[in-house]
Amino acid sequence: MKNKRDLVLKIRDLDISFKTDNGDVKAVRGVDLNLHRGETIAIVGESGSGKSVTTKAIMGILASNGKINNGTIEFTHYDLHGDRLKEAQEIYRNNGVIDSNWLHPDEIKTVDITKMNKKYLQKEIRGRRIAMVFQDPMTSLDPTMTIGKQIMEAMVFHYKTPKIEAWKKSVELLKLVGITNPEKRMKNYPHQLSGGMRQRIVIAIALSCDPEVLICDEPTTALDVTIQAKILELIKDIQKKKDLSVIYITHDLGVVAKVADFVNVMYAGRIVESGTVNDIFYDPKHPYTWGLLASMPDVDSVSDELYTIPGTPPNLLHNIQGDAFAPRNRYALKIDQKIAPPMFKISDTHKVASWLMAPQAPFVEMNPSLKRRIERMKKEANLK
Amino acid sequence: MDKSTLKYITKRVLISLATLFVIIFVLFMLMKLMPGTPFNDEKLTTTQKAAIYAKYGLDKPIIEQFFIYIQNMLHGDFGISYAIQRNMDVSVIVSSRMTISFFLGIGAVIIGTMIGILLGIVAALNRNTFWDTFATILSVIGVSIPSFVFCLLLLILLGVKIPVLPVLYNSNIPLESSIIPMIALSMGVIANVARFTRSEMIDVLQSEYILLAEAKGISRKHLILHHALRNCLIPVITVLGPIIVGLMTGSMVIEKICGIPGLGSLLVKAIEVRDYNVILAVSFLYSVLYIVIMLIIDILYGIIDPRIRLGKEEDA
Repeated sequence: MKNKRDLVLKIRDLDISFKTDNGDVKAVRGVDLNLHRGETIAIVGESGSGKSVTTKAIMGILASNGKINNGTIEFTHYDLHGDRLKEAQEIYRNNGVIDSNWLHPDEIKTVDITKMNKKYLQKEIRGRRIAMVFQDPMTSLDPTMTIGKQIMEAMVFHYKTPKIEAWKKSVELLKLVGITNPEKRMKNYPHQLSGGMRQRIVIAIALSCDPEVLICDEPTTALDVTIQAKILELIKDIQKKKDLSVIYITHDLGVVAKVADFVNVMYAGRIVESGTVNDIFYDPKHPYTWGLLASMPDVDSVSDELYTIPGTPPNLLHNIQGDAFAPRNRYALKIDQKIAPPMFKISDTHKVASWLMAPQAPFVEMNPSLKRRIERMKKEANLK
Repeated sequence: MDKSTLKYITKRVLISLATLFVIIFVLFMLMKLMPGTPFNDEKLTTTQKAAIYAKYGLDKPIIEQFFIYIQNMLHGDFGISYAIQRNMDVSVIVSSRMTISFFLGIGAVIIGTMIGILLGIVAALNRNTFWDTFATILSVIGVSIPSFVFCLLLLILLGVKIPVLPVLYNSNIPLESSIIPMIALSMGVIANVARFTRSEMIDVLQSEYILLAEAKGISRKHLILHHALRNCLIPVITVLGPIIVGLMTGSMVIEKICGIPGLGSLLVKAIEVRDYNVILAVSFLYSVLYIVIMLIIDILYGIIDPRIRLGKEEDA
């Protein structure tokens, strides 16, 4: 954990709903999130838990029927122009990290993304300072445009980079993401490349404007397991080189364990547990997190059957009273039906939204087989 | 153009030539089976008729006639007219009329495609608003009402009530005379193209690659023009082929209404009076046009969508 580093993103009380014919869907219901410079955080949850919506709000690309009702997304970024920007990009390219001594205090700027207009988000934030890697590389590249054009596009747009220079930079980027024969690939179309290669291209596009934050929306879900590991390794590697702050959205705890420093578990539009990787994997407190961990496939597990959390997530069209997870939670208390639990602080890094953490609550323990599994995982980690 | 594309086009042209040969053969045979003759003068005696037949070589066996025709055609000689303008070269008659028909048809296609695409985009971008409804209603009207009804409507409106344009085609003012038929012809094109563009655009705008392009922070205008439009044009072009061909036949009625001396009216007249060579030449022209348009569309596909580029490609 890089606690002492400055906050890049500070989300408070974010509330997003979508207007539909059947009423308002409350997709995100009061989310708090911190992202420090150089840190990797993960947002974990089932589909429909609001993880993607949260990041789309950060990018300002919510669907047109989506609305931010409440909350702030404070984004602290470098504010460099002209020669200073070119210099910074040069430093980025060579060292990856920009020394804070190099910057003037007024070259660091904080804006609230929720208050900014569309034009500002498009010109200043999207693609330029916050970039995104999408889930399915088979569909996320424009089939009618060459790879080169697609990589150069953002640079030319944001920095008015001359074409020849943009071409050179793109070739460099392709080398960085591990594409062989980049000059030739620049002239290729997406359908001529494999899935793994295409995801590397998508990453190269995301990196083209030297962003400060990279959002990865399930970047490996659509890929082969062997390629998954390579892509994760690549993002990790680039993050170190470029001092990127990364947000992973995923439902795969295996990915989380490999890449994240800090984990936020989301359920029905809320963060139910957040903590460091160690907090979440070795000392999980929320019954939902237990369920997620237990439903991870495990080679050493004796049982043939894969654990699933009973029930389905609630319909967010309706107002939810009490704890949204209560109907699926065998440990639910009476109070869970009436009042939504606040965040209980376990440690400086570890927070849990469950009434089980209240001092008056009965002592509840996770299922013994999960407990054994965690003990084993701890041992294995220590051995390494 | 790369080698494989060239090879593909050569192959297509060869196949087309064979197709054309078959078309001419079938047409030729059918015409000879048709009752009646081009020389319908009651005063002609049997011997006189036989003399005329012999003069034009119509007394020879059909197969022989066919090969003579093909041979002449290869030398650019489409024969002479028997009835419409007796003894005049068919190529002269056809080419003067071709200019007018092509001008009308191509004009209507260009107007129709441009307005149609524009309307479709506007409708898709302003989905479920006034503009969308407006475009949809216009499309339904355009598709369901035949073009000659529009033509009559426009003639009454702009030719009779407010007489700014000529009602009948006047070859002294070809431009003014073409406006009404051209607009009437383009209505169907507008409607069809708008409908396809709209639904395709809506699909494309919801695709992942548009979201990725949006996430790059490029402007809305750039997004529509460089990413969305190109991708939504592929199916639009598919419907454009039959539409263009449809215009050629559709224009027969319009040509009749407006008294345009075009190919459509020529063909109808030629069939009426059994003017064999004229029928053959016009049908041949239609076939060539059809084949050429289809070939152009296939090549256009490749230019717009690299995935269906013709011939084989280097692999990854």
